[in-house]
Amino acid sequence: MFSGFMVNAWIVATMVAIVGGAVGFFVVLRGSAFVAHAVPNGSFAGAAAASLIGVNTLIGLGVFSLAGALGIGLLGRRGRHDVATALTLVFMLGLGALFLGFSIEYAPEIEALLFGEVLGISTSEVGPTAGLAVACAVALAILYRPLLLSSVLPESGQARGVSPFGIELCFLALVALATTMTVPVVGTTLIFSLMIGPPAAARSFTARPAVAIALSIAIALVTVWTAIALSFQTNWPIGFFVGVGSAIAYAVGRSWRFVRLRRTAPLPQR
Amino acid sequence: MSHLLRAIIEPGFFSSASVQLAAAVGGLVAVVAAAVGVFTVVRGQAFAGEALGDIGAAGGSSAYLIGIAPLWGFIGIAVAAAGVMEMIGIQRARGRDLATGIVLGAGFGLAALLLYLGTTFNNTTGATVTILFGSIFALDRSILPAAVVFGVIALGIVTALYRPLLLSSVSPDLAAARGIPVRLVGSLYLVAIAVAVALSAVTIGAILSTALLIGPAAAALQLTARPGRAVAAAAAIGLAAIWLGLLLAYDSYYWPPHHRGWPVSFFVVTLVLLAYLASRALGRRRARR
Repeated sequence: MFSGFMVNAWIVATMVAIVGGAVGFFVVLRGSAFVAHAVPNGSFAGAAAASLIGVNTLIGLGVFSLAGALGIGLLGRRGRHDVATALTLVFMLGLGALFLGFSIEYAPEIEALLFGEVLGISTSEVGPTAGLAVACAVALAILYRPLLLSSVLPESGQARGVSPFGIELCFLALVALATTMTVPVVGTTLIFSLMIGPPAAARSFTARPAVAIALSIAIALVTVWTAIALSFQTNWPIGFFVGVGSAIAYAVGRSWRFVRLRRTAPLPQR
Repeated sequence: MSHLLRAIIEPGFFSSASVQLAAAVGGLVAVVAAAVGVFTVVRGQAFAGEALGDIGAAGGSSAYLIGIAPLWGFIGIAVAAAGVMEMIGIQRARGRDLATGIVLGAGFGLAALLLYLGTTFNNTTGATVTILFGSIFALDRSILPAAVVFGVIALGIVTALYRPLLLSSVSPDLAAARGIPVRLVGSLYLVAIAVAVALSAVTIGAILSTALLIGPAAAALQLTARPGRAVAAAAAIGLAAIWLGLLLAYDSYYWPPHHRGWPVSFFVVTLVLLAYLASRALGRRRARR
Protein backbone atom coordinates (compact mmCIF):
# COMPACT_ATOMS: atom_id res chain seq x y z
CA MET A 1 0.00 0.00 0.00
CA PHE A 2 2.94 2.32 0.60
CA SER A 3 5.23 1.15 -2.13
CA GLY A 4 6.06 2.39 -5.60
CA PHE A 5 3.24 4.06 -7.45
CA MET A 6 1.12 4.43 -4.31
CA VAL A 7 3.61 6.91 -2.82
CA ASN A 8 2.55 9.50 -5.39
CA ALA A 9 -1.08 8.96 -4.47
CA TRP A 10 -0.38 9.51 -0.77
CA ILE A 11 1.64 12.69 -1.40
CA VAL A 12 -0.89 14.21 -3.78
CA ALA A 13 -3.87 13.21 -1.66
CA THR A 14 -2.31 14.81 1.40
CA MET A 15 -1.89 18.09 -0.46
CA VAL A 16 -5.44 17.77 -1.78
CA ALA A 17 -6.83 17.33 1.72
CA ILE A 18 -4.91 20.32 3.09
CA VAL A 19 -6.05 22.66 0.31
CA GLY A 20 -9.60 21.27 0.23
CA GLY A 21 -9.99 21.58 3.99
CA ALA A 22 -8.68 25.15 4.09
CA VAL A 23 -10.57 26.51 1.07
CA GLY A 24 -13.62 24.58 2.21
CA PHE A 25 -13.77 26.58 5.42
CA PHE A 26 -14.60 29.66 3.38
CA VAL A 27 -16.99 27.74 1.17
CA VAL A 28 -19.00 26.80 4.25
CA LEU A 29 -18.66 30.23 5.84
CA ARG A 30 -19.97 31.95 2.73
CA GLY A 31 -22.69 29.36 2.15
CA SER A 32 -21.29 28.68 -1.33
CA ALA A 33 -21.81 24.92 -1.37
CA PHE A 34 -23.47 25.11 -4.77
CA VAL A 35 -20.54 26.97 -6.32
CA ALA A 36 -18.09 24.50 -4.80
CA HIS A 37 -20.14 21.76 -6.46
CA ALA A 38 -20.47 23.52 -9.81
CA VAL A 39 -16.88 24.60 -10.48
CA PRO A 40 -15.20 21.18 -10.13
CA ASN A 41 -18.09 19.37 -11.75
CA GLY A 42 -18.07 21.70 -14.74
CA SER A 43 -14.32 21.39 -15.11
CA PHE A 44 -14.98 17.84 -16.32
CA ALA A 45 -15.48 19.41 -19.75
CA GLY A 46 -11.94 20.75 -19.53
CA ALA A 47 -10.48 17.34 -18.88
CA ALA A 48 -12.49 15.90 -21.77
CA ALA A 49 -11.30 18.71 -24.06
CA ALA A 50 -7.70 18.21 -22.97
CA SER A 51 -7.80 14.53 -23.80
CA LEU A 52 -9.45 15.36 -27.14
CA ILE A 53 -6.74 17.74 -28.33
CA GLY A 54 -3.99 15.92 -26.48
CA VAL A 55 -2.71 18.37 -23.89
CA ASN A 56 -2.08 17.90 -20.18
CA THR A 57 -5.29 17.31 -18.21
CA LEU A 58 -4.27 19.90 -15.63
CA ILE A 59 -4.29 22.64 -18.28
CA GLY A 60 -7.78 21.70 -19.44
CA LEU A 61 -9.04 21.55 -15.87
CA GLY A 62 -7.47 24.89 -15.02
CA VAL A 63 -8.84 26.74 -18.04
CA PHE A 64 -12.36 25.36 -17.67
CA SER A 65 -12.64 25.76 -13.93
CA LEU A 66 -11.50 29.38 -14.19
CA ALA A 67 -13.91 30.00 -17.07
CA GLY A 68 -16.71 28.42 -15.07
CA ALA A 69 -15.90 30.50 -11.99
CA LEU A 70 -15.84 33.65 -14.09
CA GLY A 71 -19.11 32.70 -15.80
CA ILE A 72 -20.82 32.15 -12.46
CA GLY A 73 -19.47 35.43 -11.09
CA LEU A 74 -20.53 37.50 -14.08
CA LEU A 75 -23.90 35.83 -14.73
CA GLY A 76 -24.79 35.94 -11.06
CA ARG A 77 -23.95 39.60 -10.67
CA ARG A 78 -27.43 40.54 -11.72
CA GLY A 79 -30.18 38.02 -11.33
CA ARG A 80 -30.36 34.96 -9.17
CA HIS A 81 -27.07 33.50 -8.09
CA ASP A 82 -28.25 29.90 -7.86
CA VAL A 83 -29.82 30.03 -11.31
CA ALA A 84 -26.60 31.43 -12.78
CA THR A 85 -24.61 28.68 -11.08
CA ALA A 86 -26.95 25.93 -12.27
CA LEU A 87 -26.98 27.14 -15.87
CA THR A 88 -23.21 27.61 -16.06
CA LEU A 89 -22.75 24.13 -14.64
CA VAL A 90 -25.12 22.36 -17.02
CA PHE A 91 -23.72 24.21 -20.01
CA MET A 92 -20.19 23.11 -19.13
CA LEU A 93 -21.35 19.54 -18.59
CA GLY A 94 -23.12 19.72 -21.95
CA LEU A 95 -19.82 20.71 -23.53
CA GLY A 96 -18.25 17.79 -21.67
CA ALA A 97 -20.83 15.45 -23.20
CA LEU A 98 -20.00 16.86 -26.63
CA PHE A 99 -16.24 16.41 -26.24
CA LEU A 100 -16.85 12.93 -24.91
CA GLY A 101 -18.86 12.19 -28.06
CA PHE A 102 -15.94 13.35 -30.21
CA SER A 103 -13.23 11.44 -28.44
CA ILE A 104 -12.65 7.73 -28.37
CA GLU A 105 -11.94 7.57 -24.66
CA TYR A 106 -12.57 4.29 -22.90
CA ALA A 107 -15.27 4.18 -20.26
CA PRO A 108 -12.90 3.38 -17.34
CA GLU A 109 -10.91 6.54 -18.07
CA ILE A 110 -14.07 8.64 -17.99
CA GLU A 111 -15.05 7.06 -14.71
CA ALA A 112 -11.61 7.75 -13.26
CA LEU A 113 -12.07 11.39 -14.16
CA LEU A 114 -15.53 11.57 -12.65
CA PHE A 115 -15.03 9.50 -9.53
CA GLY A 116 -11.29 9.51 -8.90
CA GLU A 117 -8.49 7.04 -9.34
CA VAL A 118 -5.69 6.61 -6.82
CA LEU A 119 -3.56 4.54 -9.12
CA GLY A 120 -3.64 7.08 -11.91
CA ILE A 121 -1.14 9.51 -10.46
CA SER A 122 2.22 9.56 -12.18
CA THR A 123 5.39 11.04 -10.77
CA SER A 124 5.29 13.81 -13.35
CA GLU A 125 2.02 15.07 -11.87
CA VAL A 126 3.37 15.48 -8.34
CA GLY A 127 5.42 18.57 -9.20
CA PRO A 128 2.65 20.64 -10.85
CA THR A 129 0.19 19.64 -8.13
CA ALA A 130 2.62 20.78 -5.45
CA GLY A 131 3.04 24.07 -7.30
CA LEU A 132 -0.71 24.59 -7.41
CA ALA A 133 -0.99 23.70 -3.73
CA VAL A 134 1.60 26.34 -2.82
CA ALA A 135 -0.19 28.88 -5.04
CA CYS A 136 -3.46 28.09 -3.25
CA ALA A 137 -1.85 28.46 0.15
CA VAL A 138 -0.28 31.81 -0.76
CA ALA A 139 -3.53 33.11 -2.25
CA LEU A 140 -5.40 32.01 0.85
CA ALA A 141 -2.87 33.70 3.14
CA ILE A 142 -3.19 36.99 1.22
CA LEU A 143 -6.98 36.83 0.99
CA TYR A 144 -7.48 35.55 4.54
CA ARG A 145 -8.45 38.77 6.32
CA PRO A 146 -10.51 40.53 3.62
CA LEU A 147 -12.24 37.27 2.73
CA LEU A 148 -13.08 36.57 6.36
CA LEU A 149 -14.38 40.10 6.88
CA SER A 150 -16.52 40.22 3.78
CA SER A 151 -17.87 36.72 4.42
CA VAL A 152 -18.97 37.46 7.96
CA LEU A 153 -19.88 41.13 7.74
CA PRO A 154 -20.34 42.10 4.09
CA GLU A 155 -21.46 45.66 4.84
CA SER A 156 -18.62 46.54 7.14
CA GLY A 157 -16.22 44.96 4.69
CA GLN A 158 -17.57 47.25 2.02
CA ALA A 159 -17.20 50.24 4.32
CA ARG A 160 -13.54 49.34 4.78
CA GLY A 161 -12.98 49.23 1.06
CA VAL A 162 -13.39 45.52 0.35
CA SER A 163 -15.49 45.24 -2.79
CA PRO A 164 -17.93 42.34 -2.43
CA PHE A 165 -17.86 41.57 -6.14
CA GLY A 166 -14.08 41.66 -6.28
CA ILE A 167 -13.82 39.36 -3.29
CA GLU A 168 -16.41 37.04 -4.78
CA LEU A 169 -14.37 36.76 -7.98
CA CYS A 170 -11.16 36.16 -6.00
CA PHE A 171 -12.94 33.51 -3.98
CA LEU A 172 -14.29 31.81 -7.11
CA ALA A 173 -10.81 31.84 -8.62
CA LEU A 174 -9.48 30.25 -5.45
CA VAL A 175 -12.08 27.48 -5.68
CA ALA A 176 -11.11 27.01 -9.33
CA LEU A 177 -7.42 26.76 -8.41
CA ALA A 178 -8.14 24.25 -5.66
CA THR A 179 -10.33 22.30 -8.09
CA THR A 180 -7.62 22.03 -10.72
CA MET A 181 -5.21 20.28 -8.41
CA THR A 182 -7.72 18.09 -6.61
CA VAL A 183 -9.71 16.69 -9.52
CA PRO A 184 -7.24 14.07 -10.77
CA VAL A 185 -7.27 12.29 -7.40
CA VAL A 186 -10.79 12.50 -6.07
CA GLY A 187 -12.62 13.06 -9.35
CA THR A 188 -14.76 15.95 -10.51
CA THR A 189 -17.93 14.86 -8.79
CA LEU A 190 -16.70 14.36 -5.25
CA ILE A 191 -14.09 16.97 -4.48
CA PHE A 192 -16.79 19.31 -3.28
CA SER A 193 -17.78 16.76 -0.63
CA LEU A 194 -14.29 17.24 0.79
CA MET A 195 -14.78 20.99 0.63
CA ILE A 196 -17.96 21.02 2.71
CA GLY A 197 -18.09 17.92 4.94
CA PRO A 198 -14.89 18.42 6.98
CA PRO A 199 -15.19 22.23 7.35
CA ALA A 200 -18.86 21.99 8.34
CA ALA A 201 -17.92 19.38 10.94
CA ALA A 202 -15.02 21.55 12.19
CA ARG A 203 -17.33 24.52 12.62
CA SER A 204 -19.54 22.48 14.91
CA PHE A 205 -16.59 22.09 17.29
CA THR A 206 -15.20 25.61 17.33
CA ALA A 207 -16.21 29.11 16.33
CA ARG A 208 -12.66 30.47 16.03
CA PRO A 209 -11.67 30.70 12.35
CA ALA A 210 -8.01 29.69 12.63
CA VAL A 211 -8.78 26.73 14.88
CA ALA A 212 -11.65 25.71 12.62
CA ILE A 213 -9.40 25.76 9.55
CA ALA A 214 -6.81 23.60 11.29
CA LEU A 215 -9.45 21.17 12.47
CA SER A 216 -11.04 21.12 9.03
CA ILE A 217 -7.69 20.21 7.46
CA ALA A 218 -7.21 17.47 10.04
CA ILE A 219 -10.63 15.96 9.37
CA ALA A 220 -10.09 16.20 5.61
CA LEU A 221 -6.74 14.41 5.99
CA VAL A 222 -8.30 11.58 7.96
CA THR A 223 -11.13 11.31 5.42
CA VAL A 224 -8.82 11.19 2.41
CA TRP A 225 -6.28 8.83 3.98
CA THR A 226 -9.02 6.43 5.03
CA ALA A 227 -10.55 6.67 1.57
CA ILE A 228 -7.26 5.82 -0.15
CA ALA A 229 -6.59 2.89 2.14
CA LEU A 230 -10.08 1.48 1.66
CA SER A 231 -10.07 2.14 -2.06
CA PHE A 232 -6.74 0.33 -2.35
CA GLN A 233 -8.07 -2.66 -0.41
CA THR A 234 -11.45 -2.98 -2.11
CA ASN A 235 -10.67 -1.52 -5.55
CA TRP A 236 -13.88 0.51 -5.24
CA PRO A 237 -13.83 4.11 -6.52
CA ILE A 238 -12.21 6.53 -4.07
CA GLY A 239 -15.03 9.01 -4.60
CA PHE A 240 -17.44 6.71 -2.84
CA PHE A 241 -15.34 6.67 0.34
CA VAL A 242 -14.73 10.42 0.23
CA GLY A 243 -18.44 11.19 -0.23
CA VAL A 244 -19.60 8.89 2.53
CA GLY A 245 -16.69 9.81 4.85
CA SER A 246 -17.48 13.52 4.56
CA ALA A 247 -21.14 12.87 5.31
CA ILE A 248 -20.16 10.86 8.40
CA ALA A 249 -17.84 13.65 9.58
CA TYR A 250 -20.68 16.13 9.20
CA ALA A 251 -23.11 13.86 11.06
CA VAL A 252 -20.64 13.49 13.96
CA GLY A 253 -20.15 17.26 14.09
CA ARG A 254 -23.86 17.93 14.16
CA SER A 255 -24.52 15.33 16.85
CA TRP A 256 -21.74 16.84 18.98
CA ARG A 257 -23.25 20.31 18.62
CA PHE A 258 -26.72 18.98 19.43
CA VAL A 259 -25.53 17.23 22.59
CA ARG A 260 -23.51 20.24 23.77
CA LEU A 261 -26.35 22.71 23.19
CA ARG A 262 -28.65 20.43 25.15
CA ARG A 263 -26.27 20.32 28.09
CA THR A 264 -25.29 23.98 28.33
CA ALA A 265 -28.48 25.82 27.46
CA PRO A 266 -32.18 25.25 26.97
CA LEU A 267 -33.07 24.63 23.36
CA PRO A 268 -33.36 27.91 21.48
CA GLN A 269 -36.88 29.01 20.72
CA ARG A 270 -37.73 28.84 17.09
CA MET B 1 -38.05 25.54 -51.00
CA SER B 2 -38.35 21.82 -50.47
CA HIS B 3 -34.59 21.53 -50.99
CA LEU B 4 -34.00 24.04 -48.23
CA LEU B 5 -36.44 22.24 -45.99
CA ARG B 6 -34.70 18.98 -46.69
CA ALA B 7 -31.38 20.53 -45.80
CA ILE B 8 -32.74 21.67 -42.44
CA ILE B 9 -34.76 18.60 -41.63
CA GLU B 10 -33.02 15.44 -42.70
CA PRO B 11 -35.33 13.00 -44.50
CA GLY B 12 -36.74 10.39 -42.17
CA PHE B 13 -36.85 12.63 -39.12
CA PHE B 14 -40.60 12.45 -38.69
CA SER B 15 -41.02 8.83 -39.68
CA SER B 16 -38.33 7.32 -37.44
CA ALA B 17 -39.88 5.46 -34.52
CA SER B 18 -37.13 6.33 -32.08
CA VAL B 19 -37.42 10.02 -32.96
CA GLN B 20 -41.18 9.90 -32.42
CA LEU B 21 -40.76 8.29 -29.03
CA ALA B 22 -37.99 10.73 -28.10
CA ALA B 23 -40.13 13.68 -29.14
CA ALA B 24 -43.12 12.40 -27.16
CA VAL B 25 -41.19 11.64 -23.96
CA GLY B 26 -39.02 14.75 -24.32
CA GLY B 27 -42.01 17.00 -24.84
CA LEU B 28 -43.80 15.57 -21.82
CA VAL B 29 -40.70 15.95 -19.67
CA ALA B 30 -40.06 19.50 -20.86
CA VAL B 31 -43.57 20.61 -19.92
CA VAL B 32 -43.51 18.92 -16.49
CA ALA B 33 -40.02 20.21 -15.65
CA ALA B 34 -40.88 23.74 -16.75
CA ALA B 35 -44.07 23.88 -14.70
CA VAL B 36 -42.35 22.53 -11.58
CA GLY B 37 -39.25 24.62 -12.28
CA VAL B 38 -40.98 28.00 -12.06
CA PHE B 39 -41.51 27.45 -8.34
CA THR B 40 -38.00 26.02 -7.94
CA VAL B 41 -36.59 29.29 -9.23
CA VAL B 42 -38.95 31.45 -7.18
CA ARG B 43 -38.09 29.49 -4.03
CA GLY B 44 -34.36 29.55 -4.75
CA GLN B 45 -34.10 25.76 -4.72
CA ALA B 46 -31.93 25.35 -7.81
CA PHE B 47 -29.28 23.54 -5.79
CA ALA B 48 -31.83 21.08 -4.41
CA GLY B 49 -32.96 20.34 -7.97
CA GLU B 50 -29.38 19.86 -9.08
CA ALA B 51 -28.65 17.60 -6.11
CA LEU B 52 -31.73 15.44 -6.67
CA GLY B 53 -30.79 14.99 -10.32
CA ASP B 54 -27.21 14.03 -9.51
CA ILE B 55 -28.23 11.61 -6.77
CA GLY B 56 -30.63 10.10 -9.27
CA ALA B 57 -27.51 8.76 -10.98
CA ALA B 58 -27.23 6.30 -8.08
CA GLY B 59 -30.76 5.14 -8.83
CA GLY B 60 -30.17 4.88 -12.55
CA SER B 61 -27.06 2.80 -12.01
CA SER B 62 -28.68 0.50 -9.46
CA ALA B 63 -31.50 -0.04 -11.96
CA TYR B 64 -28.89 -1.19 -14.46
CA LEU B 65 -27.41 -3.45 -11.80
CA ILE B 66 -30.68 -5.25 -11.04
CA GLY B 67 -31.95 -5.01 -14.59
CA ILE B 68 -35.02 -2.75 -14.49
CA ALA B 69 -35.77 0.39 -16.49
CA PRO B 70 -33.58 3.30 -15.27
CA LEU B 71 -36.64 5.52 -14.79
CA TRP B 72 -37.69 3.51 -11.73
CA GLY B 73 -34.26 3.86 -10.19
CA PHE B 74 -34.13 7.59 -10.85
CA ILE B 75 -37.55 8.15 -9.30
CA GLY B 76 -36.98 5.88 -6.29
CA ILE B 77 -33.66 7.38 -5.25
CA ALA B 78 -34.63 10.98 -5.96
CA VAL B 79 -37.76 10.74 -3.81
CA ALA B 80 -35.80 9.02 -1.02
CA ALA B 81 -33.12 11.73 -1.17
CA ALA B 82 -35.81 14.41 -1.01
CA GLY B 83 -36.99 12.77 2.21
CA VAL B 84 -33.50 12.78 3.73
CA MET B 85 -32.92 16.42 2.78
CA GLU B 86 -36.22 17.35 4.36
CA MET B 87 -35.26 15.44 7.52
CA ILE B 88 -31.89 17.10 8.07
CA GLY B 89 -33.25 20.57 7.82
CA ILE B 90 -33.62 21.87 4.32
CA GLN B 91 -36.44 24.15 5.42
CA ARG B 92 -34.15 26.59 7.20
CA ALA B 93 -32.54 28.93 4.73
CA ARG B 94 -29.32 29.00 6.75
CA GLY B 95 -27.49 25.74 6.40
CA ARG B 96 -29.86 24.60 3.68
CA ASP B 97 -27.23 24.52 0.97
CA LEU B 98 -24.94 22.70 3.34
CA ALA B 99 -27.49 19.98 4.09
CA THR B 100 -28.21 19.67 0.37
CA GLY B 101 -24.51 19.42 -0.37
CA ILE B 102 -23.88 16.74 2.24
CA VAL B 103 -26.71 14.57 0.93
CA LEU B 104 -25.51 15.21 -2.62
CA GLY B 105 -21.97 14.14 -1.69
CA ALA B 106 -23.08 10.91 -0.06
CA GLY B 107 -25.51 10.18 -2.91
CA PHE B 108 -22.92 10.84 -5.59
CA GLY B 109 -20.48 8.61 -3.76
CA LEU B 110 -23.05 5.86 -3.84
CA ALA B 111 -23.57 6.48 -7.56
CA ALA B 112 -19.83 6.11 -8.11
CA LEU B 113 -19.83 2.77 -6.33
CA LEU B 114 -22.91 1.44 -8.11
CA LEU B 115 -21.63 2.50 -11.52
CA TYR B 116 -18.35 0.80 -10.74
CA LEU B 117 -20.07 -2.40 -9.62
CA GLY B 118 -22.37 -2.24 -12.64
CA THR B 119 -19.52 -2.03 -15.10
CA THR B 120 -17.51 -4.68 -13.26
CA PHE B 121 -20.14 -7.36 -12.78
CA ASN B 122 -22.54 -6.80 -15.66
CA ASN B 123 -19.97 -5.69 -18.18
CA THR B 124 -22.24 -2.85 -19.22
CA THR B 125 -19.55 -0.43 -20.36
CA GLY B 126 -21.10 2.76 -21.52
CA ALA B 127 -23.75 2.68 -18.81
CA THR B 128 -21.89 5.47 -17.02
CA VAL B 129 -22.13 7.83 -19.95
CA THR B 130 -25.72 6.82 -20.68
CA ILE B 131 -26.86 7.47 -17.13
CA LEU B 132 -24.92 10.68 -16.57
CA PHE B 133 -25.31 12.28 -19.99
CA GLY B 134 -28.50 10.64 -21.26
CA SER B 135 -29.43 8.92 -24.50
CA ILE B 136 -32.91 9.93 -25.52
CA PHE B 137 -32.78 8.10 -28.87
CA ALA B 138 -32.27 4.77 -27.08
CA LEU B 139 -35.40 4.95 -24.93
CA ASP B 140 -37.57 1.88 -24.66
CA ARG B 141 -41.20 2.24 -25.71
CA SER B 142 -42.37 0.62 -22.48
CA ILE B 143 -41.38 3.62 -20.35
CA LEU B 144 -43.91 5.92 -22.01
CA PRO B 145 -46.89 4.96 -19.78
CA ALA B 146 -44.77 5.23 -16.60
CA ALA B 147 -43.42 8.59 -17.72
CA VAL B 148 -46.95 9.86 -18.34
CA VAL B 149 -48.14 8.68 -14.92
CA PHE B 150 -45.21 10.31 -13.08
CA GLY B 151 -45.58 13.47 -15.13
CA VAL B 152 -49.23 13.67 -14.15
CA ILE B 153 -48.31 13.11 -10.49
CA ALA B 154 -45.79 15.97 -10.53
CA LEU B 155 -48.17 18.31 -12.33
CA GLY B 156 -50.96 17.22 -9.97
CA ILE B 157 -48.91 18.14 -6.89
CA VAL B 158 -48.08 21.55 -8.31
CA THR B 159 -51.68 22.22 -9.38
CA ALA B 160 -53.15 21.11 -6.07
CA LEU B 161 -50.64 23.18 -4.13
CA TYR B 162 -50.65 26.11 -6.52
CA ARG B 163 -51.95 28.89 -4.28
CA PRO B 164 -50.48 27.82 -0.90
CA LEU B 165 -47.19 27.03 -2.62
CA LEU B 166 -47.10 30.42 -4.25
CA LEU B 167 -47.81 32.23 -1.01
CA SER B 168 -45.36 30.19 1.05
CA SER B 169 -42.69 30.69 -1.62
CA VAL B 170 -43.07 34.44 -1.70
CA SER B 171 -43.67 35.01 2.00
CA PRO B 172 -43.36 32.04 4.37
CA ASP B 173 -44.36 34.12 7.41
CA LEU B 174 -47.56 35.37 5.84
CA ALA B 175 -48.39 31.84 4.71
CA ALA B 176 -47.86 30.48 8.23
CA ALA B 177 -50.02 33.27 9.66
CA ARG B 178 -52.82 32.26 7.31
CA GLY B 179 -52.69 28.69 8.56
CA ILE B 180 -50.87 27.10 5.65
CA PRO B 181 -48.74 24.12 6.76
CA VAL B 182 -45.60 25.61 5.19
CA ARG B 183 -43.36 22.68 5.97
CA LEU B 184 -45.78 20.09 4.57
CA VAL B 185 -46.24 22.14 1.42
CA GLY B 186 -42.45 22.41 1.09
CA SER B 187 -41.96 18.64 1.50
CA LEU B 188 -44.64 17.77 -1.04
CA TYR B 189 -43.12 20.24 -3.44
CA LEU B 190 -39.70 18.65 -2.96
CA VAL B 191 -41.25 15.35 -4.07
CA ALA B 192 -42.58 17.10 -7.19
CA ILE B 193 -39.05 18.38 -7.92
CA ALA B 194 -37.67 14.88 -7.41
CA VAL B 195 -40.13 13.39 -9.91
CA ALA B 196 -39.60 16.16 -12.47
CA VAL B 197 -35.83 15.86 -12.23
CA ALA B 198 -35.97 12.07 -12.49
CA LEU B 199 -38.02 12.35 -15.69
CA SER B 200 -35.60 14.91 -16.98
CA ALA B 201 -32.67 12.61 -16.13
CA VAL B 202 -34.08 9.89 -18.38
CA THR B 203 -34.05 12.22 -21.37
CA ILE B 204 -30.95 14.39 -21.06
CA GLY B 205 -29.00 12.54 -18.36
CA ALA B 206 -28.68 12.70 -14.60
CA ILE B 207 -26.11 15.45 -14.27
CA LEU B 208 -27.74 17.65 -16.92
CA SER B 209 -31.31 17.22 -15.72
CA THR B 210 -31.33 20.59 -13.94
CA ALA B 211 -31.13 22.30 -17.31
CA LEU B 212 -34.76 21.55 -18.12
CA LEU B 213 -35.90 22.33 -14.57
CA ILE B 214 -34.15 25.68 -14.12
CA GLY B 215 -33.36 27.07 -17.57
CA PRO B 216 -36.80 27.52 -19.16
CA ALA B 217 -38.33 28.64 -15.86
CA ALA B 218 -35.61 31.22 -15.18
CA ALA B 219 -35.94 32.51 -18.74
CA ALA B 220 -39.73 32.77 -18.43
CA LEU B 221 -39.48 34.63 -15.13
CA GLN B 222 -37.32 37.26 -16.83
CA LEU B 223 -40.14 37.91 -19.26
CA THR B 224 -43.12 37.97 -16.93
CA ALA B 225 -43.68 38.22 -13.21
CA ARG B 226 -47.09 36.57 -13.28
CA PRO B 227 -46.81 32.93 -12.22
CA GLY B 228 -49.48 31.52 -14.55
CA ARG B 229 -47.94 33.13 -17.58
CA ALA B 230 -44.46 32.17 -16.43
CA VAL B 231 -45.48 28.49 -16.32
CA ALA B 232 -46.90 28.72 -19.85
CA ALA B 233 -43.86 30.54 -21.20
CA ALA B 234 -41.48 28.11 -19.47
CA ALA B 235 -43.31 25.14 -20.96
CA ALA B 236 -43.08 26.71 -24.43
CA ILE B 237 -39.35 27.41 -24.06
CA GLY B 238 -38.71 23.90 -22.71
CA LEU B 239 -40.61 22.29 -25.59
CA ALA B 240 -38.79 24.40 -28.14
CA ALA B 241 -35.41 23.52 -26.63
CA ILE B 242 -35.97 19.79 -26.55
CA TRP B 243 -37.59 19.48 -29.98
CA LEU B 244 -35.07 21.74 -31.66
CA GLY B 245 -32.33 19.82 -29.83
CA LEU B 246 -33.67 16.53 -31.20
CA LEU B 247 -33.79 17.96 -34.71
CA LEU B 248 -30.24 19.30 -34.54
CA ALA B 249 -28.95 16.04 -33.07
CA TYR B 250 -30.65 14.11 -35.87
CA ASP B 251 -29.06 16.39 -38.46
CA SER B 252 -25.68 16.17 -36.81
CA TYR B 253 -25.13 12.61 -38.00
CA TYR B 254 -23.76 14.21 -41.14
CA TRP B 255 -21.56 16.69 -39.30
CA PRO B 256 -17.83 16.39 -38.60
CA PRO B 257 -15.72 15.05 -37.00
CA HIS B 258 -16.91 11.43 -36.84
CA HIS B 259 -20.38 11.34 -38.44
CA ARG B 260 -21.59 9.68 -35.26
CA GLY B 261 -23.90 12.48 -34.29
CA TRP B 262 -23.52 15.06 -31.57
CA PRO B 263 -25.21 14.36 -28.24
CA VAL B 264 -28.81 15.60 -27.90
CA SER B 265 -28.06 16.76 -24.37
CA PHE B 266 -25.47 19.21 -25.61
CA PHE B 267 -27.95 20.87 -27.97
CA VAL B 268 -30.72 21.02 -25.37
CA VAL B 269 -28.47 22.53 -22.71
CA THR B 270 -27.02 25.08 -25.11
CA LEU B 271 -30.45 26.11 -26.38
CA VAL B 272 -31.69 26.48 -22.81
CA LEU B 273 -28.75 28.69 -21.90
CA LEU B 274 -29.27 30.81 -25.03
CA ALA B 275 -32.96 31.20 -24.20
CA TYR B 276 -32.05 32.38 -20.71
CA LEU B 277 -29.47 34.89 -21.96
CA ALA B 278 -31.85 36.22 -24.63
CA SER B 279 -34.76 36.66 -22.25
CA ARG B 280 -32.45 38.32 -19.72
CA ALA B 281 -31.40 40.88 -22.30
CA LEU B 282 -35.04 41.33 -23.31
CA GLY B 283 -36.24 41.67 -19.74
CA ARG B 284 -33.57 44.22 -18.90
CA ARG B 285 -34.40 46.31 -21.94
CA ARG B 286 -38.04 46.31 -20.99
CA ALA B 287 -37.23 47.28 -17.41
CA ARG B 288 -35.22 50.27 -18.60
CA ARG B 289 -38.06 51.58 -20.72
